[in-house]
Amino acid sequence: MDTLGLLNYAIFMGVLIGIYALLSLGLNVQWGYAGLFNAGVAGFFAVGAYLSALFTAPPVPDRIMGWELPTGVGWFAAMAAAALIAWPIGKVTLRFRSDYLAIATIGVAEIIRLVLRTEDLLSGGVRGITGIPRPFGDLPYEWSQLAYLGLTWGMVVVIYWALERQLAAPWGRMMRAIRENELAAAAMGKNVEARRLEAFILGAAIMGLAGAVYVHFMRAITPEAIDPMMVTFLVWIMLILGGSGNNRGAILGAVIIWVIWSSSELLTDRLPAEIATQAKYIRVFVIGLMLQLVLRWRPEGLLPEGTHVRRSS
Amino acid sequence: MSGLELINFYVIPGLISGSIYALGAIGITLIFGILRYAHFAHGDMATLGAYVALGLVGSLALSPWVALPIAMAITALVAVVLDRVFYRHLETRPKILTVMASLGVALMLRSVVQVVWGVDPQVYSTGIVRAESYGGLMLRSRELITFATATGLVLFLMAFLRYTRWGKAMRAMSDNPELARLCGVNNEAVTRLTWVIAGALAAAAGFFLGINTELNTMMGWSALLAMFAAAILGGVGRVEGAVVGGLVIGLVEELSVLVLPSQYKMATAFVILILILLVRPQGIFKGKVL
Amino acid sequence: MNPVLVMHQVRGGYGDADILHGVSLTVNPKEIVVIVGPNGAGKSTAMKAVFGLVKIRDGAILFEGEEITGWKPDAIVRRGISYVPQVKNVFAEMTVHENLEMGAFLAKSVKAEAFERIYTLFPDLKAKRNALAGSLSGGQRQMVAMGRALMLNPRLLLLDEPTAGLSPKYMEQIFQICRDVRDTGVAILLVEQHAKQALAFCDRGYVLATGSNRHEGAGQELLNDPEIAQMFLGG
Ligand SMILES: Nc1ncnc2c1ncn2[C@@H]1O[C@H](COP(=O)(O)OP(=O)(O)O)[C@@H](O)[C@H]1O
Ligand SMILES: [Mg+2]
Repeated sequence: MDTLGLLNYAIFMGVLIGIYALLSLGLNVQWGYAGLFNAGVAGFFAVGAYLSALFTAPPVPDRIMGWELPTGVGWFAAMAAAALIAWPIGKVTLRFRSDYLAIATIGVAEIIRLVLRTEDLLSGGVRGITGIPRPFGDLPYEWSQLAYLGLTWGMVVVIYWALERQLAAPWGRMMRAIRENELAAAAMGKNVEARRLEAFILGAAIMGLAGAVYVHFMRAITPEAIDPMMVTFLVWIMLILGGSGNNRGAILGAVIIWVIWSSSELLTDRLPAEIATQAKYIRVFVIGLMLQLVLRWRPEGLLPEGTHVRRSS
Repeated sequence: MSGLELINFYVIPGLISGSIYALGAIGITLIFGILRYAHFAHGDMATLGAYVALGLVGSLALSPWVALPIAMAITALVAVVLDRVFYRHLETRPKILTVMASLGVALMLRSVVQVVWGVDPQVYSTGIVRAESYGGLMLRSRELITFATATGLVLFLMAFLRYTRWGKAMRAMSDNPELARLCGVNNEAVTRLTWVIAGALAAAAGFFLGINTELNTMMGWSALLAMFAAAILGGVGRVEGAVVGGLVIGLVEELSVLVLPSQYKMATAFVILILILLVRPQGIFKGKVL
Repeated sequence: MNPVLVMHQVRGGYGDADILHGVSLTVNPKEIVVIVGPNGAGKSTAMKAVFGLVKIRDGAILFEGEEITGWKPDAIVRRGISYVPQVKNVFAEMTVHENLEMGAFLAKSVKAEAFERIYTLFPDLKAKRNALAGSLSGGQRQMVAMGRALMLNPRLLLLDEPTAGLSPKYMEQIFQICRDVRDTGVAILLVEQHAKQALAFCDRGYVLATGSNRHEGAGQELLNDPEIAQMFLGG
């Protein structure tokens, strides 16, 4: 690869890392703040991606929508749709221990996948959805990529800043109190359930946004583009490794894990075909193992929750 | 459609997959009830069991029916080791971390199966087995064996839990762990025993899934939601509940094809799960609500 | 006569903080000893300390002259002490008979006469032997809990508030059973909220407050102490 190619690759990576950082931030709201186990991250991501695509792509026969609306509208719709799906699920399961939420989110993610694979009216069938506009898409290729990198990380910074503010507000303090001592917090009133539901919905909306950012970057999407377990799992390990409860940790984890993940892909791509497919599964195994190791040896993550809160207060 | 057709095309397949779900749901309900966490690697444990049996059939040229008990024993052992290596050290931490670890184990088990056996669908034995008519009821011998074995395993387990010293210790642990410890019940031994049972039954579930359809590396994961729905529908911690729950889910899934596109079969388990959580979270047999 | 149980200056708690600040007490053979004191005084904690459920940082616990400080509960059960917790003290989803069987879990094989002994002590339970413990009344459940604890022929029985929430009639019945049990040669240490009645019925009593001994003496003596009457017995 020449320098330009390398640079392009780095920008491409940078955008994907930013998207995963958004997912990781969204999960941090749910898990880090509220202790909620969402095992269907990919589902909310996919909903956001599809909705924004359908809002903004040109119309096509045999497929619904295609309204060619501005990208901003698509992104907003993505967040709203993810939140709207999260709401009833949270409403039903948050009365119980987080295990039930985890089961339900696995179910939601699977059903979203089923719907997308079954309903060609929605997903455009084998062709998928194409022609999704990209902000700054009219610029020359390199500049367009670079501008999108800026946009993605701009979103990361905005979300980070908003979450930090929210965390410093009474809402955030109450979230932490609930997580530290659920019994004592429950004694404070029925509000616990409402706070956790808010955290779940907010996190889901951020995941939906990540999906939208992704789809406008790729400009096309098919149901196969998103491997649900892989996306969900990568985000989980990003957050746990980075440091759950710490927004900077969430971002750091996204950077580290994505670099490891995609450089291992570069490596396995060079293997002879016979073992390349097996190597793909070994990579999955290693990711699973990594989670176990982090849970065992560094459960608080690289940037534990306390560190940064203390410094800033 | 005649009543007989309804039975042959929907009820019998529903009961078959229902028995398979039941075998998986029993392990899930025991783990949920005694160890108190949702075990997400259960489906992939079933996959592993099915492929271990396939390995025995392929390498030792065993009959699948001989391979089944061996695969159950091996998977039971694997379950005990997985608990020892990946779950036990999390015992004193919030249970949800174990749930998370189990999701990681699910991924690891699946990738091991994919590396060792590949991702193409496989079968235990080739050739078409014709259904025989029993007064109009069309049944294949493997279906009869599935029913009979599942029933046998369930009855055996229930008798074990009801009449033996360690069976009672398991129930005591599920009922009131503090008091069980005060009675001198060894926590670790009960945990190990729970994994032996859950692992063996998961392998049986995977095997029957494989022999009645085909083996593929996603088979267990795809059945996980139905198994959880069955366990919660029956009542967490209730073996009889898991059986009834499994049969109900299996039947409803098959019958849903009459009104829904068949691709959405597995969505019915999810709908039942949400409904039961709304209406009666303790399940049919008044199980635990964690 | 050697005491059955000696707690000597025991200090300890659940986490890092001490709940007990040097608690001492003695139980002699064939004695019923009661611990009274305000809520949160550490009465339950003192009892759990005997049974190995509390981290003990100082002091010693002796059972029949042997030091058992820091032993695990199952070793303590084997040694001859049984404990009935204050709450959740039966297996609600198991039958009365199965509850008794669990009481004898460590014995591996249970003789029929052990059940007979318990059913003689608690005739009410015999009729209910196949009922789920969770379906019984509070008083009957307490009997199941005590019966379970007596299965292995302990020489010391620890009871944490056995009469909490029971009607006076049941309270009397439980006290009577305690006397019967004591007469079979079992020493009893119990915590009681109903201080007046308990002090009247016991052989000796201890008053605990904020994790330390305040008073001790024969039950009647404590009842007549005006200071105690004022402090704990509502004047
Ligand atoms: N399991 C526990 N973990 C931590 N602290 C406890 C626990 N149980 C009781 N405590 C604390 O120990 C103190 C004494 O409690 P306890 O012995 O139950 O009092 P009592 O039985 O006299 O009412 C209380 O302050 C209580 O909050
Ligand atoms: Mg108490």
